[in-house]
Order: sequence, then structure tokens, then C-alpha cells
Amino acid sequence: MNAVRLYTRYVRTSLRGQMQYRGSFLLTSFGAFVATGVDFIAVWALFARFRQIVGWEFGEVALFYAVIGVSFALADGLTRGFDIFGELFVKTGDFDRVLVRPRSTVLQLLGYEVRATRIGRLGQAIVVWGIATRLTSITWSWTVWATLLFAVAGGVALFSGILILQATLAFWTVDSLEIANALTYGGVEAAQYPLDVYARWLRNFLIFVVPLGCVSYFPVAFVLGHADRTGVAPALLQLTPLLGFAFFGVALLVWREGVRHYTSTGS
Amino acid sequence: MSSAAMRPYVAVFRTRFQLLLQYRAAALAGFGTQCWWGAIKVMVFAAFLSGPVASPMTLRETIDYIWLGQALLTMLPWSADQELARLVRSGDVAYERLRPLETYTYWYARAVARRTATPLLRSIPMILTTGVLLPSLGFAKWGLSAPPGLSAATMFALSLVFVIALASAFATILDLFVVATLSERGVNIVMAPLAIVLSGNLVPLPMLPDWLQPLVRNQPFAGLLDTPLRVYSGHLAGSAALLAIARQALWAVILIALGRALATRVLRRLQTQGG
Repeated sequence: MNAVRLYTRYVRTSLRGQMQYRGSFLLTSFGAFVATGVDFIAVWALFARFRQIVGWEFGEVALFYAVIGVSFALADGLTRGFDIFGELFVKTGDFDRVLVRPRSTVLQLLGYEVRATRIGRLGQAIVVWGIATRLTSITWSWTVWATLLFAVAGGVALFSGILILQATLAFWTVDSLEIANALTYGGVEAAQYPLDVYARWLRNFLIFVVPLGCVSYFPVAFVLGHADRTGVAPALLQLTPLLGFAFFGVALLVWREGVRHYTSTGS
Repeated sequence: MSSAAMRPYVAVFRTRFQLLLQYRAAALAGFGTQCWWGAIKVMVFAAFLSGPVASPMTLRETIDYIWLGQALLTMLPWSADQELARLVRSGDVAYERLRPLETYTYWYARAVARRTATPLLRSIPMILTTGVLLPSLGFAKWGLSAPPGLSAATMFALSLVFVIALASAFATILDLFVVATLSERGVNIVMAPLAIVLSGNLVPLPMLPDWLQPLVRNQPFAGLLDTPLRVYSGHLAGSAALLAIARQALWAVILIALGRALATRVLRRLQTQGG
């Protein structure tokens, strides 16, 4: 069986398992939808009062919000195995079993669980995407769709990379450390607003270290017709999500190094 | 209640307090996350306030609101007590009823310990970093400033006392809901968004739309965060501050009474899981 077929089988099994608890699935998804929806109330309330933020309007910021929201919801749903890696695999010694199977560790951990309840968060981000479409005058050409879907793909890669790095840390600390939350949930928070809101040090961090700006701010600014505000050549703006994939690649290399350092807890 | 009758509850408070002070590593990780979060919020609000529309709070008041809000974040009762939820799941909650203590007051004392020990661990590094370190590095504009006068400081201290009373009353009601529904899940799903929005944690309450203000001012969650933060910066001063503190006290009394009534109902027929 090749990797793709094995992965789809993992996904099917995981989803079927979760659908056994249909009530719980519906309630948790709905809860996530409401909880993230509340978050958007803050954005709405601030724009209701202040009208704009350094020249950007509500509909425009809604698109920043939606693109990063969709990316994170997808990544968060797909990388559960890495998210709880320390607690569930290192502390218990279960990673030994992953290592003896004749498949890559990354594939097995990606297939560990696909969290269906993340559909709540995804749904909320898509609703905001709809609001942004209504409030802005973007012509939804193929170029626009391609640019934004590429941005979302880069965002999924970037967030997955962050979660893989968090899991790698567990090889040394044994327990899961939640400092990566600052980059995942905190990253979503930061990327909801255009980068020109932030001080230079934070802007540079969000472009060159953890390239969250490259998977939302640059491509979305291009789509909104505000390439001039970014200080980057328009042709480059569409390509910046590539940095998200680069981050993912680096995370995989670090992960491989971590696996080599792994010593079982023996429990 | 006589002082002899209070003794066991004071002992509960003291042991819980000491236990909670042990979680230093978690506090450090939480502190890092909160600094990052606070910095983003400060920059976003500064950008909003730099626009042409007049703001109901000055930049100074807003920044103090954000940093002090981060320092006091763990006071917010936005989720049920994990440990009690475990007791309920395992059925061990029955033992709680066997103690020669009044269950409501016992759980209330536990809640008070949680709302003082954890915030103490979290707020000291936050206040030192934003109130001392940032200004000494030349970033006083972006840090936490001192309260404008002695009266603001005194009223802030008074307001904090009622935050603890009110937050613990909320937390004990959550505990009782966990017992009644046998799970902390539903309680957390309902409570978290309410507490985050209505306390002012998400957006300072005065910045919500003007037509919502009468409603926002008079609901109990405002007393958890918004009141002490605005009293501290002087945004609420004089009789307005006293009125807000009185509202906190009133809500604390109401919620304690509600909690007691709920306790008699919920605990009279206690369902214990086991096996």
C-alpha cells in the first residue's frame, strides 16, 4: 500500500471513530464555532467605533482574518498527533511502537487523528470570508482564487511546521510544552491584522523568522489591490507563501534530528 | 459565622493556596505567552487609537488596561475546576459530602485559594516586566504606569477584594453545574465566551458600541476585570468608581446567595458515578 492510500485509510478510520459519538461531535464543533465567532465580535466592535486601522477597512481586515483562520483550522485538524506528541507518545514510550513500523514517523503521526470538530473553527473562518467578499469590491478572478488558495496552503504548511517543532521539543523535555501556543493561537491573533500595524521588530519576526505575514498579509494585500502599502514588488507578493513551505521543510529536518536523539522512557 | 466555625475553611484555603504555588514552570510558560499576547494587543489598539475617530479611553488608559488585564487574567472564572471534574467523573465527589463541612463554603474556600494563588504567581512577573523593566529600557510609553494617585490605588485594592469574592462565587456556581451535569464540558463551552467578552478581556468594555453601554455596565462579569482595571488607571474615579465597586459587591452577594440555593438543590440528590 502506498503512502497516500495508507493516509486516506487512516483518515477514514479516524473520522468513522469520531462519528460514533455524533452528539459530542456536533456539540464540540458548535462550541468551537461560537467561541471563535466571539473572537470576531472584537474585530467588529472595534471597527464599529474606529472605522479603520491605519487605512485598512473592516472588509479588508475580515479577509486577513479569514485566510489565516482557514489555514489554522485545517492545520489544527490535521496535526493532532504532533500536538499531543509529548504526553501521548514520549512520556508513555509509545513512540517505540511508531518506530518499529515500516512507515515514516511523520506519516503515522499525521494519520493519528483527524479532528473533525475543527470544522467549527473552519466554518467560522469561511463565514468571515463571505463577509469580506460582501464588503470589498474584489473581482474574484482565477488569479485571485489561485493567490488565496496558495496562501492557505502555505499557511497550513507553516502552522504544521510550528506544531512539528513543538513535538520535536518533547524529545528533550518529555512532556508537551505549550509555549508553541504563543505562535499558533498567538500567531492567528497577530496575522488577523495587517502587518503595518506592528512595530518593526515584530514585523520582521513575522516575515523572516515565523513567516506568518507571508501566508496572509502579502498575498491578501495583493488581492485587495494594496500592493503599494507593503513595500514589496507586486510580482513577489503572490509567491511569498513559499516561505511557509520552506518553514515546513526546516521543521521536518529538525524533526529528523530529534528522532535520532530519541531515547525511550522505558515505561 | 464565629471564628471557630471559620477555622476549617481557612485551613482549606491555606493548603490549596500552598499547593497552587507549586506550579512555577506552568506559570513561566504562561507568562511568556501572555507577554506576546499583550504586546500584540497594545500595538493593535495603539493603531486603532491613532485614527481620526475619538476614543472613549486614552492610549495611556488603554495600555494600562491591557497589561494589568494580562496580569489579572487567571482571576477570570472561565472554566470549571479540573480537579472537581475528576472527582465527579470518578464518583469520589461523594466523599466531599461526607466531610463535616458545609459543602458550599468548603468549595468557595477552595475557589478563593485558586483565585489568589495563581494570579499572584502570574501577576508579579507581569507587573515587574511591564511596570519596571519596560520603563527602565526607555519604553515607558508602552509599559504599565503607576495609578494616578493614592485614591485610585486604594480603590483599586478595594475593588480587587471584590473581584476575588465575585470570581469565587462564579467559580463555585460552575462547580455545582459540573456536579449537576456530570461533566465540565458544557459548562466550559458556555462560560468561556461569556467571561471573555463581558469581562472586558477581549475588548475594553468602554470601547464596545455606545448603545450597549448601559447593558454592559450592569452585568456581573464587568466586576471581574473591567472595574478594577478602569479604577486603576483613573478612567473610573470618584463617585463613579465607588458606584462600580458597589455593583461588584452587590453582584458578589447575589451570586453567593444564588450559589447557596443551587447547592441545596443540586446536592440534595447527588448522583455518584462509580464502578
